[in-house]
Amino acid sequence: MPSTEAPTTHDLQATARRVRRDIIRMTAAAQSGHPAGSLSCTDLLVAVYFGGILRHDPANPFWPERDRFVFSKGHATPAYYAVLAEAGYFPTDELLTFRTLGSRLQGHTVMGNPPGVEMSAGALGMGLSFSLGLALAARMDRAPHRVYCMLSDGDCNEGQTWEAAMASAHHRVDNLTAIVDYNHIQNDGFSDYTRYSGDGDRDRVGGWVLDSGYTVKGAHPGAGRGGPQGAGRLMVRAKGLDSSLRSE
Amino acid sequence: MVQAAKTAATREALGPTLVRLAREGLDVVAVDADLGVSTTAAGFGKEFPDRFITVGVAEQNLVGVAAGLAAAGKIAFASSFAVFLPGHCFDQVRMAIAQPGLNVKLVASHGGVVTGEDGASAQAIEDLSLMLSLPTFRVIVPADVVETAQAIEAAARNYGPFYIRTGRPKVPVIYDDSYRFELGKAHLLRPGSDVTVTAIGVMVHVALAAAELLAGEGIDCRVLNMASLRPLDEEAVLAAAAETGAIVTVEDHYVHGGLGSLVSQTVAKAQPVPMAFVGTERFGTSGKWDELLRHFDLTPERIAREVRGVIARKSG
Repeated sequence: MPSTEAPTTHDLQATARRVRRDIIRMTAAAQSGHPAGSLSCTDLLVAVYFGGILRHDPANPFWPERDRFVFSKGHATPAYYAVLAEAGYFPTDELLTFRTLGSRLQGHTVMGNPPGVEMSAGALGMGLSFSLGLALAARMDRAPHRVYCMLSDGDCNEGQTWEAAMASAHHRVDNLTAIVDYNHIQNDGFSDYTRYSGDGDRDRVGGWVLDSGYTVKGAHPGAGRGGPQGAGRLMVRAKGLDSSLRSE
Repeated sequence: MVQAAKTAATREALGPTLVRLAREGLDVVAVDADLGVSTTAAGFGKEFPDRFITVGVAEQNLVGVAAGLAAAGKIAFASSFAVFLPGHCFDQVRMAIAQPGLNVKLVASHGGVVTGEDGASAQAIEDLSLMLSLPTFRVIVPADVVETAQAIEAAARNYGPFYIRTGRPKVPVIYDDSYRFELGKAHLLRPGSDVTVTAIGVMVHVALAAAELLAGEGIDCRVLNMASLRPLDEEAVLAAAAETGAIVTVEDHYVHGGLGSLVSQTVAKAQPVPMAFVGTERFGTSGKWDELLRHFDLTPERIAREVRGVIARKSG
């Protein structure tokens, strides 16, 4: 069974620091990879995995009742692998094999490698559709678990993400939470092709409930298991979050 | 086993077969992108509304949702037209289904120029080439509605990714209910020793007509239905090369990257014989399906011409 012990904000911040160090070590050792997009989603990942949001059991990665966490920004593997190792899915020693021949830790995610990785990614825009499929299957099976999908703002440039957002609203899926790591940085520089108001509007995206300004405390109501009937939740990491986090 | 005179479109098999499989207890679900009436998947939705998901005109999402359903343990069928599936979502098919090897079955109708009046944009002549480029996919092109139903059942009962190409027009029904489709097996429709004509899909009945024509000239033509493109029945191909000494492939698809490419690769590595390739060589146009077969020279007469050609090239 997964642990239900609630960590303190201080614990979460310490975990996030270890993950950030791992990200730098991994990308330095590999002399390649995506450190920026990894660093930007570290707090979110730590909050999801260690802040009491995700119901999971690293010792039993295929536990049927686990919440599904789908990592759509499949290039940000340094953060994702470091968090999975920190959670106990595989030994942290393995992190430095990242991007090398024979390693399970490919440059972009491969489903099941290591166990805990729910989807192959690396071509942006695919995670929310996959998550919708998982959420619809859970509904068909009357299974109580939730599906969380973490997207980059690059993911949100892709039309498929909006196809999935519309279909999720159409099917009134309420067991799906999309988390956008809105870091304003893409491959070719600072950019803002994807625009959120960041002021917590409801229904900013048709049929979704928007929460913004999510912090590492993991206590944001948007992460709750309940929520309005027939609406998915969209959580956006607002710009400037890091400074507010450090001031806590 | 072989019958004639009756006609049906191969796409008509999807809905009824899914209904039957669901009633037999298989955990099949279907996803469709606003073409459920044409693909006949909507018929399944009528019987099992909770297991039929529509996503609107959004083929990339169609594939992702199907992959998610499969990852959750469902036998996920996704259907659309072949120009859209895989044409509109090839990267999604590659990433979300093919690489992880998920249990998704793509059933794409409107394959080939026989799609007819809608013209070039709707006529997939490249879908098999795309799907055969993905190592984990099994690729089936049934010859008639009976074989299509059985191919769909085989896909449902065998774990992993499948692509099944169906067609729009009503074409002759070749098989009766005693026929049994076998994955990875060619079906010998007509024995012969002078030459082998192997065909897929709608072209199987055209190949049979060519064999009849050639029989009148004293040419004994073997006809193989090669519905299972992957896995390919290499044994049957090599036996055809060894025993008949020449092969003509026939497909309503671009001549590169489909049946002709698979068969010639198999023959070249073990038993080289003269070959000819009947298929399309340019994009389509509007017309009735049978007019288009004549327009693109996909006829019994053309096949017969190619047969005479390869026989003339046989040594000894």
